[in-house]
Amino acid sequence: MNDNLIGRGLNLGISRRSLLQSSAGIVGGSLLPSIPAFAEDKPAIGTYPAGVSGSTAFIGIAVPRTGTYAVQGEDELKGYELAIEHINGGHELMKKISPKTTKGVLGKELKYGVADSAAKPNEAVQAQQRFISENKAIMVTGGTSSAVAVALNKLAQREKVLFVCGISGSNDTTGKDCVRYGFRQDFYGQTAAAAIGPVMVKTFGKNKKAAYLTPDYTYGHTVTKSMQDFLTTAGWTTATNQVSPLGAPDYSSYLLNVANSGADVLINVNWGHDAVLSTQQAKQFGVLDRMKLVVPYQVPFIARETNGLMQGVYASTDYWWTLEDKFPLAKMFNEAFEKKYGYKPEWGAENAYISFAHWARMVEETGSFYPPDVIKTYEKGETLPSLVGDVHYRAEDHQCVRPVIIVRGKLEKDMKNKEDYWEVVEIVPGEGLMQKPDAFGCHLGNYS
Amino acid sequence: MVSWPNLVSQLFNGLALGALLALISSGLTIIYGTLGVLNLAHGAMFMVGGYAGFVAYQYTHSFIIAVIAGSLFVMLLGLLMERGIIRQFYHRPHEDQLLVTFGLGICFVEIVRLIFSSQSQIVPPPPLLQGITNLGFMFYPTYRLAVVGIVAVALGALFLILYRTRLGMIVRAGIEDSVMVDSLGINVYRVFMIVFGIGAMAAGFAGIINAPVVSLTPGVGDDILVETFVVVVIGGVGSFPGAILGGLIAGEIISVTSMFNPGYAYVMLFAAMTLVLVLRPHGLLGVQGRE
Repeated sequence: MNDNLIGRGLNLGISRRSLLQSSAGIVGGSLLPSIPAFAEDKPAIGTYPAGVSGSTAFIGIAVPRTGTYAVQGEDELKGYELAIEHINGGHELMKKISPKTTKGVLGKELKYGVADSAAKPNEAVQAQQRFISENKAIMVTGGTSSAVAVALNKLAQREKVLFVCGISGSNDTTGKDCVRYGFRQDFYGQTAAAAIGPVMVKTFGKNKKAAYLTPDYTYGHTVTKSMQDFLTTAGWTTATNQVSPLGAPDYSSYLLNVANSGADVLINVNWGHDAVLSTQQAKQFGVLDRMKLVVPYQVPFIARETNGLMQGVYASTDYWWTLEDKFPLAKMFNEAFEKKYGYKPEWGAENAYISFAHWARMVEETGSFYPPDVIKTYEKGETLPSLVGDVHYRAEDHQCVRPVIIVRGKLEKDMKNKEDYWEVVEIVPGEGLMQKPDAFGCHLGNYS
Repeated sequence: MVSWPNLVSQLFNGLALGALLALISSGLTIIYGTLGVLNLAHGAMFMVGGYAGFVAYQYTHSFIIAVIAGSLFVMLLGLLMERGIIRQFYHRPHEDQLLVTFGLGICFVEIVRLIFSSQSQIVPPPPLLQGITNLGFMFYPTYRLAVVGIVAVALGALFLILYRTRLGMIVRAGIEDSVMVDSLGINVYRVFMIVFGIGAMAAGFAGIINAPVVSLTPGVGDDILVETFVVVVIGGVGSFPGAILGGLIAGEIISVTSMFNPGYAYVMLFAAMTLVLVLRPHGLLGVQGRE
């Protein structure tokens, strides 16, 4: 068998005529004037150029539509869908973020597929693997759980397909688990802690005792660690750290430990329905009557779902709709979103929309979908418009440097309408919140 | 966090948590013990009970009516399930039963999600049971205290039905040998339908009683189903007293472990289940050979 193969390999069967024709072609081609980089000029990598060889480009979306993060996943999906609609239609807002966008990306209409990740990494990876293999997805997205984001980071790097990260609050996503093919727009544990920490110290004082409710995965551990690290500098100590599994059906035993810990402040790092349930049960157990509550990584819809328990509570977030008073693009986004979906967008939708808009701009500026070139365009660190002012992506870890918004829950009497839950207290510029690029162990990996 | 006051608090909380788990598990174990059907839709029926009660509460603002509506609605649903689908599966392999009940559970969850979305819904406890009670050694939510009493009464009523009535005697006879019961001229299938209805009602009752403790979401039954199975395995599959014992053990394990290291609360629960399976494969109060 091997002998036959070797024999065939040696016997190339090239005639003198075909050799001359090929040589003439190569020489002729080299004499042509240089032209901009088109798809045909680049070597195949990942789903390129197969994924963009027709008139469309496909995006794989994996968001939780069931499980503890389902509500947030649905909101995120709406942001993606609105962005795709605006990219394909050349909407005015999209043009302000990605000026070269007319219809589609590089003239190709965006198509997309949606899978329910249920906030489980294995389900998200399987779905995206399918989108990559069967639909030749040129870009994939997903998150809401940082465990999913980290898993999709790895998949993206392995498959050489761009991953534009959805909601992910873990330091690891652009830290020790960062990849060349992954980019994150939203805020995260480190920036949340650096933004809300000073507000907490100013409000509650120094040398306080904090109790933490921490979900048992990368998001929870890194956010809690960042909060502890910052608050330690102000003399705060950790009275207790209650670690619970994702989707815990009951928090009573954790809350009893919190109640008996002597803490002054309860820092609830839980997210999604876990945050809603643990906050409601904290109220039932009288914990909120005895200590102040802080939500360092705000949860979309938590104010509505906890029915008044967020009044007076501080939180840090990516976006809140009343920022439209300060940022014209936010106003345009709110209007478009509310017109389509009938409610004010939360920050999951904002992150989804702006992440896609930035990606569209990067591809347009590159003039190609060729992933290594698109990555290099991101890595130029160009100043980009966003819904909360100018931002840029760091070349070293692919993290967007963007402001963190500090909000405080409004009292019911101060609410101007039924969705006016939060008051924007401060817009903290991103630059001063970031850790050094290598502080969390980021090594991006190869382009190809 | 290890201290005497905290230990006492956690022991008490384990009792309350265990009572709730016992109530939820009782319906599952009654159905399995009698019909031999492992009902994977049990968590979804528990959830439907909560939502049915929620709807009734929205219209009436009466918690008692919500409890009655939640229980009866799921009982009706259970009767329809048994007559329409489950009955076809009594003589089919367990794998088929698992698949069909699993599928039904998914349908129930998605229908509820379609109607109510994934956003959580709140059923407040009755005004008399709101707030916190000072027990001297700890503060505890008044409603959770009441739940311990409600569960005790409910489980007592189920016990009386199963062990002190003619229906209960037939049910228990059916558990042991349904063919013999049938040959004595008793319509076993009618009994099975009633049992399925009672089991379903227990799930619905637990769902609405549990609603003020948690906030309702379509996934609330999924989260609790795993714990329910652990309870049933520890107590003995098909054993009603086993469900109560298993519930109390599970509640105490979760509560007390969380005092030492909360991250290991559920690990310890599964470790306990594994230990029981190794040492006593039929559960603490299960009977060997029961089908």
